[in-house]
This record gives sequence, structure tokens and C-alpha cells, in this order.
Amino acid sequence: MRRLGAVAVVGAGLVVLALATVRRPAGAAADGATVTGHVKLTGKAPANPAIDMGEEPKCKAKYTTTPTDPVVVVGKTGGLANVFVYVKTGLPADAKYPTPTTAVEIDQNGCLYHPRVFGVMVGQGLAIKNSDGVLHNIKALGKKNRPFNISQPTNMVTQRAGFTVSEVMLPFECNVHGWMHAFAGVLPDPFFATTGDDGTFTIKGLPAGTYTIEAWHEKYGVQTATVTVKAGETKPADFTFTAK
Amino acid sequence: MNWWLPPQASTFAPSIDLGFLVILIITGITFVLVEVGLIVFVIRYRQRPGQKAHYTHGSTPAEVIWTAIPAVTMVILGIVSNGLWVKIKGRNSVPANAYTIGVHAKQFEWWITYPGPDGKLGRTSTSLIQKTTNPTGLDPDDPASKDDIVVRNQLHVPAGRPVVVYLSSEDVIHSFYVPQFRVRQDVVPGLEIKAWFEATVPGQYELGCSMLCGMGHYKMRAQVFVHTQADFDAWVAQRASQAKGEGTS
Amino acid sequence: MSTVAAAAHTAHAHHDDRSFIRKYIFSTDHKIIGIQFLFLSLFFLLVGGILAMQIRWQLGFPGKPMPGGTLLPETMAPGGVILPEYYIQLVTMHGTFMVFFAIMLLLVGVYANFLIPLKIGAHDMAFPRINMASFWSAVASGIVMLASMYVPDGAARAGWTMYVPLSAREDLSGAALGQQLWSVSIILFGLSSVLGSLNYITTVINNRAPGMTWFRMPLSIWALFITAILGLLAVPVLAGAAIMLLFEQVLGTHFFDPASGGQALLWQHLFWFFGHPEVYILILPAMGMVSDMIANGSRKPIFGYHSMVFAICGIAFLGWIVWGHHMFVSGMNPTLGSSFMVSTLLIAVPSAIKVFNWMGTMWRGNLRFHVPMLNAIGFVAMFTIGGLSGIFMAATPVDMFIHDTYFIVAHIHYVLFGGSLFAIFGAIAYWFPKMFGRMMSERWGKVHFWLTMVFYNCTFFPMHIIGMAGHMRRLYDPTIYDFLKPVQPMNEFISWSAFALFASQAIFFVNFWWSMFKGEKAPLNPWEDNGLEWTLPSPAPHGNWETPPTVYRGPYEFSAPGVSEDYLPQTKKLPTDREPALTPAGGH
Repeated sequence: MRRLGAVAVVGAGLVVLALATVRRPAGAAADGATVTGHVKLTGKAPANPAIDMGEEPKCKAKYTTTPTDPVVVVGKTGGLANVFVYVKTGLPADAKYPTPTTAVEIDQNGCLYHPRVFGVMVGQGLAIKNSDGVLHNIKALGKKNRPFNISQPTNMVTQRAGFTVSEVMLPFECNVHGWMHAFAGVLPDPFFATTGDDGTFTIKGLPAGTYTIEAWHEKYGVQTATVTVKAGETKPADFTFTAK
Repeated sequence: MNWWLPPQASTFAPSIDLGFLVILIITGITFVLVEVGLIVFVIRYRQRPGQKAHYTHGSTPAEVIWTAIPAVTMVILGIVSNGLWVKIKGRNSVPANAYTIGVHAKQFEWWITYPGPDGKLGRTSTSLIQKTTNPTGLDPDDPASKDDIVVRNQLHVPAGRPVVVYLSSEDVIHSFYVPQFRVRQDVVPGLEIKAWFEATVPGQYELGCSMLCGMGHYKMRAQVFVHTQADFDAWVAQRASQAKGEGTS
Repeated sequence: MSTVAAAAHTAHAHHDDRSFIRKYIFSTDHKIIGIQFLFLSLFFLLVGGILAMQIRWQLGFPGKPMPGGTLLPETMAPGGVILPEYYIQLVTMHGTFMVFFAIMLLLVGVYANFLIPLKIGAHDMAFPRINMASFWSAVASGIVMLASMYVPDGAARAGWTMYVPLSAREDLSGAALGQQLWSVSIILFGLSSVLGSLNYITTVINNRAPGMTWFRMPLSIWALFITAILGLLAVPVLAGAAIMLLFEQVLGTHFFDPASGGQALLWQHLFWFFGHPEVYILILPAMGMVSDMIANGSRKPIFGYHSMVFAICGIAFLGWIVWGHHMFVSGMNPTLGSSFMVSTLLIAVPSAIKVFNWMGTMWRGNLRFHVPMLNAIGFVAMFTIGGLSGIFMAATPVDMFIHDTYFIVAHIHYVLFGGSLFAIFGAIAYWFPKMFGRMMSERWGKVHFWLTMVFYNCTFFPMHIIGMAGHMRRLYDPTIYDFLKPVQPMNEFISWSAFALFASQAIFFVNFWWSMFKGEKAPLNPWEDNGLEWTLPSPAPHGNWETPPTVYRGPYEFSAPGVSEDYLPQTKKLPTDREPALTPAGGH
């Protein structure tokens, strides 16, 4: 009887352990590693093209100087903004990451997309906002994902279901205002970041391993770096683009 | 509330409006004849006890008359209208001294190119189109394109001078329509179409897209400015120097 | 011998042992098929009307939440506010449902089927099973078209005229499956239409009763016959174009793609080569039935019967060579504009002849204003306006200005609603007794007619005015344009009138359904008409006649001298009549 009880307990424990192992998603581990870095632009940054918003007064009114298309945005310390940095290879093939329940917000404000470059996980919703009160259409030019083309004639928020496959990068455009561009990096994992004005990025929670990190800029193309991290370690990865 | 045609602002408008009026008179007379006739018959021939209908299968003379009069009227209308049609749209209708303007239509914007001081529009190519920096696909290798002025959703024309617009479409069929000029021409991808007009009254008008081109069709609007020749030249000069200063084409 | 007793003898007397399914669902009886088309098309008339109400909401009150709009999904009308892409689906599907599934089916599907064998003295159509296939393929087509509104990304949205490249490229329209299903539905509809035409043409040529010569046929049958020829030749062009469009959408062909050697205008030529004969398909049967109803209501022969036949043929013939008038400013060679203008102006002439002949029929008549007569006179009055407005468009310089404006929309609706639909209301009331054995309510029919006439004109006449002001078609929000702001109050007035017009149709629908079960039982010949169908019981039995009747005269011998009554049925033999030598087709 006691033998049976012991076997039962051990057996149950094994079952629980097995289940726990299976059910715990490989996710941003609490003891995950971090890759952080700085993206710079050397050389003289080109002037961004001016945008004539004369025929869209509601948008033009939001600017005190001539609005420009922010293709190349360089911070005071030489940091290149709007660079999308992500893990290209190195993650376990069967890894599954939980889809965030919060949607990524894209705002059309002053007839420009904010943010211009952003990451979104596969299946993560999009909240598209029109803060301008004028007609925008949002065309998502997916090649691997189904493209969509919807309009927002006035101030409103449209919730869209998430993309279904990984795609780097997926462009967005408005046809009413041809200068409007945005770029989405659609990934199955949360290991991505977009640089701000200071050019820095941080990718947290990586499992130990060797990774190819890719930095993408809409004008200057891509650069890669290889980084190996141990659990809990922080490693740098810097990128330098050259203005032509 | 407008009850009639829009104000006339081009040399075509009086002729077209006259055509409209003539047709209105012809159809108006017919309308009155038929509708009043019907009302009269309905009252006069309503059934009454003891009344019998007049048994007849018709009248050949009546058939001849009411066939001949409409037919002759239609033929005359056609001949007269054709003269005006050929003048506006005919193969050789564009006056030799017409000022050329490029109008590039796309979902959902009008990109308008002015030839600049050299008076010539530069070559364009769809493969060169860049949304923000080169929306009309101007070819930088063509010397004529160096001074071209490209403007979004604004059509500026001088009054008292024929203007010919070279229409191109980047995607679907659009239609170039300025009501006060009475000018309308579909813009078809793959076709090079010219439309000409001569504005007469300085002022501000609107260019609308007049062919369903997608969800933003209703917003595909440009402002039209008819200037005196002097003001127009000043505008061109001002835009040209602005372009030089900004270093963008 | 009284007509009633004679009818009883000649009515089909043998026991009808078909099952319920065979009798009413998968029926090969032309009368049942006609009634099936009636139910199908009235349903689609309602669908088209509901779509129109939404269009008018947005035009009258741009950007305001629509009552009931919150029932629609967020992709169509978030918060009840119609989105631009939904608006252009509405205008596209309103036109599609109304042209194909309402008017075409009401005029041809219903009345070609119901009337042809009855009015020429045949048992049924030449090919009853093909006839059944024609109905069920129309049902399939309608289901596909309805389904296209419920797919992700929504329905087709390039206008019912479906111009390419917008309709062919999902990257430009925002709709993929919806556009493709439109093409599929039209291909199926084409099949239905062609199958029908085959029957109508063959039956009229071959199955006329003894004595029913060509020039003793009622004008309704002439019109339906000529319409069937138009359909047989034109509809395959549409189906072919739709197949090409489907290939473009799905298989990546380049018929219409200029970047790969195709031509955008090719679609327009194909579509309008079908489209112009199509609009005569949409009016000729109405004209034919109106002739029958006006002669009956006037108690007089139709004025100029032969001219009327030649006018029908003239309209049909000229209808093949006017299609370019839809394309005057399309970029097509302007020289073609000149030639199409001439043919288009000429086609006004046979229509004018018909209007004058209808008036001639009423002149010195003894007019009875039953509901069919009211609607028939309404047809003449409204069609005249529609036809006259067409002259403005025929003149190419004027068309440059009014093309693609509400002036065109006014024209379309004056001929299709003011014309065809009023004729249909009259025809439904007229032949209802022969279909269902009961009369529709005369009083409510009159109320419906007058309300419709008033609200209809309030809705569509002002469209001429806003069109003259330059109001373009298919605009989600006209107030974007400064030059249209002054006419926006007219848009609001039109919308209110349209809501009232739609509401008034409830009277018709209630009258229709209620009368079917509770209407006054119909006598054999309630309108005292001369046609062959009025010699049969109401409703007419399966197989119509046991032996075909013999015809002694034309259909419009009203108030003939020497006859005590003011009508004289085609089959009534007078002592002065001789038997016809052979059946007109040379044997039966």
C-alpha cells in the first residue's frame, strides 16, 4: 500500500514536471540576456525633402516651419533614429512567444505617421488612429501578409487584427497624401527595437545563444552583427551607417 | 442654391451653355406637348356612360409627321453639335500657341507640372517615380526638366491664353474636370491624352476627379487659380526661385 | 356560346399528378417559373432599395451616423458612420442588383416566361427544362452576388460598370474576393439570360397557335421577342468580358493592363457594347406591356400597330451602334464621338414615335383608369422626361459637361424607375389575377401609384438640377467641393424624398402579399381584354390549353364597330371569320 502511494506521488510529480516543462512557453526569460547598442550616421546628413501641405490646411496648421519627410533623422549626438533592430537568426526554431494583448498604435498626425518605424508581433493587433480629421487611407503593402487598404474619413481609431506571418519590413502608405510612409517589422518574437533620436536600442530577455542582429534603415539599407550572449549577460552591438 | 449651370470661365462655356439651352428649348416644347397632351386626354376622354371610343388603327400621315420632325431636328442638332465637338476635342483642335501643363493623376492626388522659363515640359517616366521627391517621374537627364515646377493639387493658368494639359495616370482611370471651364477629359493609364481650354475670368475654381477611382475619389480635388498673364508670370517666377532655394526639384 | 364555357372546354382537364417539388420548386411550367422569378426579383428590388437608402443617407447627411448603422460591421460603418469604401460598395451593388437582379428579371424573367406561351397560344415554352435551368442559374448568380457583400474586405466597389483597372487590381481597390465574386455572379447570370433567350425566341417562332400570325401578336410579345434577341447577342459579350476580368483578377492575365500591352479602354468597349443593348432590354418589354395596358385602358386599338413594331425593331437595331456615347470623354478617338453622336440622336426618333402612338391610342378613347392604366400612363409621362434628357447627353459638347454628373443619374432613373418600374407595377397588377387567381386591391394600388409618383419626382427631378451645377457621381462627400456646397440642401431634400418613396413601397408589398391570399377572387377576364390568356381560368392551369386555340384577329380590337361589347377576344370566331389555313409555323 505504501509502495503504491510512493509510486503514485513520484508518478504524479513526474507528470506535473513534464506538463510544466511542456506548458511553460519559451519566452522572455527573467534571467534573459540583453543586447544593447548605438546606431550612428557618419557624414553629413542629407536634407530631408520638403512637403508641400498647402492643399491640406488642417495638417499644415500643425507646423510652424515647412514640414519635411523625416527620411533621415539624426540626433544631436549623431545617433540615427528610426532604425529597426531585430534578431534575424539564432532563436530556437520551435520557440513560441505569447502575443501581446495590447495593440500597437499608429497615429496619423500632421499628415505623417507616428511612429514611422515600429515593430509588431505576429497576431498582435494594430490600433490605427486618425488625429487629423481629414481623409487618410491606410494601405499596408504586405507581400507575405495579406495587404489591406482601408480609409478613415475623420478622427477615429480603427482596430485591425494582427498580421499572420513574419515580414521585415512591411510598408504602409497613404494615397491621399503620397508623402506619408511608415514601416512595420512583423516578427514572431518580441526581440526587436526601434532607435530614437539618440540612436540607441535595447533588446532584452534573450535566451543564451549566438544571434545575428540586423539593423534596417529605410534609406541606408541593412547591416548585421553577430552577438553571443550567456544567460543574464549584456552585450553591445553598434552599427554605423554612412551618409552618401 | 444653384438652379442653373455654373458661372462661365472659359471660351468653351458660352457655346456649350448655348447648346444646352437650345436642347432645353427643343425638349421643353416636346415635354409640354406630351405632358399637357396627356393631361388633356386624361380629362377629356375619361370614360363616361354612353361614350364610345373612336375605332381607328392609326394614321399614316401622323406617323410620317411625327417621325420626320424629330428626325430632321436630331440631324440638325447633330450637325451643329459636331462643329463644336471638333473644335474642342478634334485631332487638330489644340491651338499652336497653347501653354503646356502636365497633369499627372494618381490615387488620390493631382500632380501638376509647369514647364518653367524654357516653356517645355521635361520627359517623364513611370519607372522614375519616387513618392515624395519625384512624384511625376521627371527624367533628370532631360535638360527640359531642369526648370520644371511640380505642384501638388494646384492648377495655375493664365487667363486669355489657350492651355493644353497633358494628362497621365499612374494607376486607374481618373477624370480631369473643371466645371466652370466646361472641360472634362478622362485620364487613362497607358494613354497620352491632351485636353485644351482657354480660361477667361481670373479667380479661384476647383478641379475635381470625375471618374470613380477608389475610396479617396471624393477627396481628389485641386484648387484652380486663373491669373492675369502678369500675375501668372510672377507666380511662376516665385515658384522657380523657391525651388532653387530649397535645392529640391 | 359564351367565352367562359368555351374556356372551360379548352382548359387543360387531365389530372395533374406532379409532386409538390415538381409542381412548385423544380417546375418546368413556364407560369410557375415566371412566378418564381417574380418572388426572386421582388426580393432583389428590396435589396437594391435598402442599399439606395444608405446611399441617400450619406449624401443627405454626410458623415453623420446612420440610424441602424451600428448594426453594420466596423469595416462598413464604424459607429454607424458610413466609410468611403463602403459607400462605393453601396453604389456599385445598388446598380448591380437593380439592373440585373431586379429590372432584368422582372421584365424578362417574369413576363417573357409568364406571357409568351399564354399570349401566343402554346402549352409551354419550347424547352421547359432549359427554362427551369434559366431560373435556377439566376438563383445561383444572386446568391453569389449577395455573398460577395459578406466576404472579408467587402464587395465590389468600382461602380456597376466595373471599369478597369480599378476593378481588376485589388491593390488599387482594396477588395479581392468581393470583386472576383462579382465577376463569377455575372458569368452565371449570363448563362441564365442566354438560356432564357433561347427559349423565348424559339417559342415565339415555332409555337404560335393557328391564326397567330406575326402581326397579330400583342406588342408585349413583340417586345419580349426582340428583347430576347438582344439578350442572346449582347449578354454573351458581358459574360465574356466578365471572364476576362476574372482571369485578370485571379490568373494574372493582362488584357486590360497597359504596362503589359493591354488596354484599359477595352473593358469599356466590351461592357458598353453589351451595355447599350442592355438598356433596351431594360425598357422594351416595359414598352410592350404598356402598349397592351394602354390599349385596354383606352378601349381602343393601339394607334399605329405596325409603326410600333417597326419602332421596337428600330430601337433594337440602332441600339447596337450607339455604345460609344457612354465613352465620349473616355479617351477614345474623338472622331468616333461624332459617329456615335449621330446614331444616338437618331435613336431618339423611334422612342418618340412610340410616345406619340401611345398618346394617339388614348386620343378619343373611353379611358378606364384602373391601376395598370394609371401606371402605364405614368410610364409614358416619366419615360418622356427620361428620353428627352438623353438628348442632352447625345450632343457630345454638352455631354462633356454633364457626363458623370447627377444629370446622368437623373436620366437613368427616369427611364428605369419612371419608365420600367412603373410599367412593372402596372404589369404586376394586370397579370396578378392570371397568376394567382385573385385581384390586387384597386384602392391601395391607386394610393401606391400616387404616392410613388409624387415622391419619385421629388427624388429624381432635382438630380437634373444638381447635375447641371456640376455634381459628380459616386462622391462620398460632396461638401469637400466649395462649388457643391450651395446645392447640398437639395441633396438633403432628395434624401428625404427618397426615404418617403421607399416607405411608400410598403403599400405595394403589403398589397401584393395580402392579395395573393386574401384578394378578391378573380374572374376569367377582369380587364375585359382580348389576349389569349384571358380565355383561361385564373390562375391558368398546367399546360394551358388541351388543344391550342385558334386566332382570328389582332389583340387590340376594342370598340370595334358591329360588336356589342367594347372588346373582341382574339379567339372569338365571328360569322365573318375564316379558319386559318395552317398554323403559322407550318404545323404543330
